[in-house]
Amino acid sequence: MNIFIPTPLRLYAGGHDAVEVDAQTIAGALDQLTQTHPDLRKHLFTAEGNLRAFVNLYLNDEDVRYLPAKEATPVTAADTLSIIPSIAGGSLSL
Amino acid sequence: MSTLRLPRLVYDAIRAHGQQTFPHECCGVLLGRSTPSGWLVESAIPAGNTRTDSAHNRYQIAPFELIKIERDARNQGLAIAGFYHSHPDHPAHWSSTDFAEAHWLGCSYVITSVEHGKAAVTNSFFLAGLTEEDKRFEPETILVDDQSIGLGHT
Repeated sequence: MNIFIPTPLRLYAGGHDAVEVDAQTIAGALDQLTQTHPDLRKHLFTAEGNLRAFVNLYLNDEDVRYLPAKEATPVTAADTLSIIPSIAGGSLSL
Repeated sequence: MSTLRLPRLVYDAIRAHGQQTFPHECCGVLLGRSTPSGWLVESAIPAGNTRTDSAHNRYQIAPFELIKIERDARNQGLAIAGFYHSHPDHPAHWSSTDFAEAHWLGCSYVITSVEHGKAAVTNSFFLAGLTEEDKRFEPETILVDDQSIGLGHT
């Protein structure tokens, strides 16, 4: 399956906008991605190994957070996984 | 200091978008190509502001809308160069919220102040740094190009 890499992370993925992996689940796909490109790990995961809160994952058109099996969801070679950091803000200060 | 190059049509479109949504914040995505001196923008894609609970001082782009925009960009051989939004009756400078919610390292964040419904100042800030922990906004020069062909979709 193809994993699409957002602009800020391409630097850590050999400059590629997509990386092909051969995995059985979403978690397996992310494992393979970060094994091939270890510098991506700290940008995607916290020190505790959790996906950073601002990183969104979409399996095809579905938000992985709302899939019943979440990152344990099986994948096929025809699926795509998109990594997309959130974008928000506003004039009101925190 | 990096330079953000915007075609005149794009520059005018993002400012017009801020006027259209006033008194709410507008938001959108800039598509372009990376150059050694900064982003060369080719088009601006307006996005919906999902922060309807506080749209006058907050904005958020739905992740799935962002994914669709990025897919289209990739098909055109372009990349997400950055984002734009407006500050209704507020200076064109990043807020602590803008900074906290900025995660696209290496991208440009364009802010237009809209005063009483009229676009006033437009500034751009480059999100520099290599990680979330050392990120910082750096002011960048906006170069409005009257010659290049751009697509302002608003």
